[in-house]
Amino acid sequence: MNLARLKGPGVFAAVAVLALVVAPLLLEPFRLGLLAKYLCFAIVALGIGLAWGQGGMLALGQGVFFGLGGYAMAMHLKLVDAQGDLPDFMVWSGVEQLPALWKPFANPVFALAMVVIGPMLIATVLGLLVFRQRVRGAYFAILTQALAAAFVILLVGQQGLTGGTNGLTNFFDLFGQDLAADSTQRGLYFAVAIATGLLYLGARQLVNSRFGRLLVAVRDGEDRVRFLGYDPARVKTVTFAISAGMAGLAGALFVPVVGIISPALLGVVPSLELVVAVAVGGRFALAGAILGAVVMGYAKTSFSEQFADGWLYLQGALFILVMTLAPKGILGLAASARDALARRRTARSGDPEPPPADAPGRRVMEEVA
Amino acid sequence: MEAFLNQLPIGLSIGAVLLLIALGLTFTFGQMGVINMAHGEFIMAGAYTAYLLQDLTGRMAVIVALPVAFLVAGLMGLILERTAIRHFYGRPLDTLLLTWGVSLVLQQLARDLFGAPNVQVQAPTWLQGGIGPLPYNRLFIFALALATVVGIWAYMNRTGQGRRMQAVMQNRQLAAVSGINTGQVDQRTFFIGSGLAGVAGVALTLIGPVGPALGTYYIVDAFLVVVAGGLGQLRGAVIAAAGLGLLNSYAEFWSDASLAKVIVFAAIVAFLQFRPQGLFVLRSRALT
Repeated sequence: MNLARLKGPGVFAAVAVLALVVAPLLLEPFRLGLLAKYLCFAIVALGIGLAWGQGGMLALGQGVFFGLGGYAMAMHLKLVDAQGDLPDFMVWSGVEQLPALWKPFANPVFALAMVVIGPMLIATVLGLLVFRQRVRGAYFAILTQALAAAFVILLVGQQGLTGGTNGLTNFFDLFGQDLAADSTQRGLYFAVAIATGLLYLGARQLVNSRFGRLLVAVRDGEDRVRFLGYDPARVKTVTFAISAGMAGLAGALFVPVVGIISPALLGVVPSLELVVAVAVGGRFALAGAILGAVVMGYAKTSFSEQFADGWLYLQGALFILVMTLAPKGILGLAASARDALARRRTARSGDPEPPPADAPGRRVMEEVA
Repeated sequence: MEAFLNQLPIGLSIGAVLLLIALGLTFTFGQMGVINMAHGEFIMAGAYTAYLLQDLTGRMAVIVALPVAFLVAGLMGLILERTAIRHFYGRPLDTLLLTWGVSLVLQQLARDLFGAPNVQVQAPTWLQGGIGPLPYNRLFIFALALATVVGIWAYMNRTGQGRRMQAVMQNRQLAAVSGINTGQVDQRTFFIGSGLAGVAGVALTLIGPVGPALGTYYIVDAFLVVVAGGLGQLRGAVIAAAGLGLLNSYAEFWSDASLAKVIVFAAIVAFLQFRPQGLFVLRSRALT
């Protein structure tokens, strides 16, 4: 019995050791950098898992918030590298004076604050406007997707302000450290890994709190929750804002790790890819989101290295299969395999004892799916 | 003032294209609650149908392709409905992700079959030129959209099949206990809705090149038309498509192309403050 209760923290500790000790020792710097990149996506996925898996809000435009965080960070790095001059791409685009939008980003505190505040602010405004009017489900999904499409077109169009299609790249200095140095990249990996772990714990805490219960209740029966006297719009807005903040933070971490932020990284397709990753991992558990993002990131890298075109077929096919055969993702498959095993064991021993009670979350997700 | 007037036909013809695309979506999304992200790829299939027919029919390809593309895209839709979507009714968000997977596969398939570069479909010679600021090809699309709307209206209101379709849309269970074969109606709806995407694809060959990603340029805006017009509402789709087309062209004219999309998005969100369920709402006592 005690063993069963230890299982969750035990798995978490094992993964933490794997990520913080084993991976840095075994992986060469290039691979470690890739893992850091996947973990950045995992943070976005965690936010999607919170909004979609727990709250039922299919947010198809998380790339927007990822981009806002990423660009805030990149603008700061650009200004530091320029050392008082204009950033290089502005000179190429014929901009003569630093735009007013850029000026405050020279301040590291402002830039870092904007990484989270910017996305959360926009998500709050959008959430209030949309959820108050009970725009939900597919409507919300389509709106967020349209937002992502509009955001990318805006970024590409404002060449002098955003670097256009090329985005912002060529960073050298991160808070006084040489960005290209192996030690900096290694430090960044630890920062990303620890951030992922902490955010996971925080999100878990949130889901297990009263607020989390309310969130799941809103997902499963929004009107009933309203009749009980709660305000579903507020619950949804807060959750959507948190998931946006996570995406923003992930974007800010992504920029020094990968060294670029560009519209191609945050449009409709990359946003959807992350939702796919969450579905593949298992949307009803927060760990599934992280698992899915890392697995899909790894699969994408290794398959596109070998056959670039095949990846799209594989991704599409995988997606169709997951949605039709295993809508609960890898974690759902693992859970049903475990159940089947347990059932067979009790059947063989002839023990009439009922199978162990499900975790409270599991029953809910069975009903939804 | 003159600029204002010049912008009018441009906006309306964007609206006509959006309407052709959104009409199919109104069927599949509005009536069946199925969000078909592969709708864009049915558009692309229709466009490539016209491209292939070009070898046989030369410059008449566009005209010949209209019915053929309807069949091709409709059959693709029917296959999708039978093999996959059928199992997803009542799970709209899941169909969105499922059909996105389908759309990825279809895009890559088109890339392998026809090559990544864009191809061109020759328009009939009698569609070249125009009256004043109105090119004939835009007028043709306009007329096509108009004819399609009239056709759909007649089908929905004047035929038994169309009435059964409306019945299923209004109350699936009640329709079923009244003896309507809802599964059959679903198939027919999906066939027609997807077929219309094929027709829209043929129309698009008149105003631009054809490429594997053709559908992706229009699908998001077309969904917005359905959202603003109201689910399953023919009138709503017509007004919303015209409105969105005009807004797009005027926003592009007064600001610039990159800001226009943001303005349109903001306008839609603002519009939903007054009409959260779109212009026209199907009255129902059901609580979702």
